[in-house]
Amino acid sequence: MIYNIEYETMPREALEAIQLRRLQSTVERVYATVPFYRRKLQEAGIAPADIRSLEDLRRLPFTTKQDLRDNYPFGMFAVPMDNVVRIHASSGTTGKPTVVGYTARDIGMWSELMARALSAGGASRGDIIHNAYGYGLFTGGLGVHYGAERLGASVIPISGGNTKRQIMIMKDFGPTILTCTPSYALHLAEVAVDMGLDFKDFRFRSGIFGAEPWSEQMRAEIERKLNLTAIDIYGLSEVIGPGVSIECLEAKKGLHVFEDHFIPEVIDPKTEEVLPYGVSGELVFTSITKEAFPILRYRTRDISSLNPEPCVCGRTHVRMHRISGRTDDMLIIRGVNVFPSQIESVLMETEGVEPHYQLVVDREDNLDILTVMVEIGEQAFSDEVRRLQDLEKKIAKNIKEYLGVSAKVKLVEPKSIARSEGKAIRVIDNRKY
Amino acid sequence: MRVEQISVFLENKAGRLSEVTRILAEEGVNIRALSLADTSDFGILRLIVNDNDRAKEALKRHGFTVGKTDVVAVEVEDQPGGLHRILSVLHKANVNVEYMYAFVQQSGSNAVIIFRFDNLDEAVKVLKENGVKVIEGEKLYAM
Repeated sequence: MIYNIEYETMPREALEAIQLRRLQSTVERVYATVPFYRRKLQEAGIAPADIRSLEDLRRLPFTTKQDLRDNYPFGMFAVPMDNVVRIHASSGTTGKPTVVGYTARDIGMWSELMARALSAGGASRGDIIHNAYGYGLFTGGLGVHYGAERLGASVIPISGGNTKRQIMIMKDFGPTILTCTPSYALHLAEVAVDMGLDFKDFRFRSGIFGAEPWSEQMRAEIERKLNLTAIDIYGLSEVIGPGVSIECLEAKKGLHVFEDHFIPEVIDPKTEEVLPYGVSGELVFTSITKEAFPILRYRTRDISSLNPEPCVCGRTHVRMHRISGRTDDMLIIRGVNVFPSQIESVLMETEGVEPHYQLVVDREDNLDILTVMVEIGEQAFSDEVRRLQDLEKKIAKNIKEYLGVSAKVKLVEPKSIARSEGKAIRVIDNRKY
Repeated sequence: MRVEQISVFLENKAGRLSEVTRILAEEGVNIRALSLADTSDFGILRLIVNDNDRAKEALKRHGFTVGKTDVVAVEVEDQPGGLHRILSVLHKANVNVEYMYAFVQQSGSNAVIIFRFDNLDEAVKVLKENGVKVIEGEKLYAM
């Protein structure tokens, strides 16, 4: 179902006209109200009046996570605090959190986008949405919540954690839509099995999963274990939160970016050149309707590509490829770029192996050593040492073939790899720089 | 002719083996024979117990990866050349032994050896044709 037919299926020409008008007004506004942007634009020799076409977007300077930190906490806000009704912040695992604000209109717009997203993922008024994204400073929980209410669905604000209770509620309340991170979805499946319950007996139709990169293979795994259709959602607090883009149920092939509110670009992270459609690089977003926290050309560090081809669902908004990694998650092992998601793909293609893994990088005698810890499931287990060693060798060989990097594979007991209730810990880098 | 053996995946970490024995003790499962194969990273514990289903279920509940395999229990004369005679018979018939280990109890005056074969049916046939006594599972669990 398309929630907002007028905007989501708008002909490109009309859409681009709206984008230009909104971009011009955003640039004018931040120039007038945010000292950071005024300085950056002046340094680049650009005045708001220079933005005459959408192509002029690429003349604007980038904004980075570091810029947000430098202006911690409220330096990037474009309205007085009187008009800010909500504050969110990123987790800040890599330093100070980045803080974002919303006016009442921003919240309304965000709710609309999340209603569109939930709708694209198969939800409608009659649904019960089990929302296991964390509520709090993290945008996931409240983002989905407001969208669900806007849509008119019934939302269970369960938040993250206390997994056994969550499963009891799933069994008793019969929710039809699940929203959480993909790794938590798999965790739910495991715990349900431990409790002697089967997702086949639950009423879920769709799950809308995001907030961390995942793969096509992981989708297949989730769909099989949770007996639902798994939809990818994308967003980040710096741009708005969840609801920047969403896959449609019809194609499940790329995420439609809500282009009437955000303009996506893909750049080469090194040269900062804008890349053509179809080429993979770092995603960059410009918000064109936000009031409290507008953002120009934000470098997300997420890796994706854009696909402008028309979609079977009827939406005219460009699709971004599912996130294939992070420019900062990228490990460089003996000069080779390695993304955890690539290792995951290799594992999922190996029969009997669970998609639970952790990459450990050490440096011995100035040489990078990559160890891939893989949990052994019953399917691949054998009473013969030789067969398990063959399995380790096979995985190592596949990694070598697929990624061009040698890895030590180490089988470990099920559930021995640290799982957080939210995001899985995929990489431990013990190298000292 | 088959004896059921359970196998458990163990990481090479302190306390994992005692975790298995603790669980089995709590369940009142008696270990009749065991062998541990290990590499630098992991080990495989193979067990013959008096209640396979109960042991397997309990270990799985505690998060262990558990497998089930059929092995063969063979009576071996407890005197020089006893084991050699059996291995020669198998060798001549081209039957491959994956691994073997000793059972705790004796059967009368004979020792009992547990064999894991690639081709179990063929192995049992060869052993019987050569007059080697193979012990039934039910009898073994109760020994």
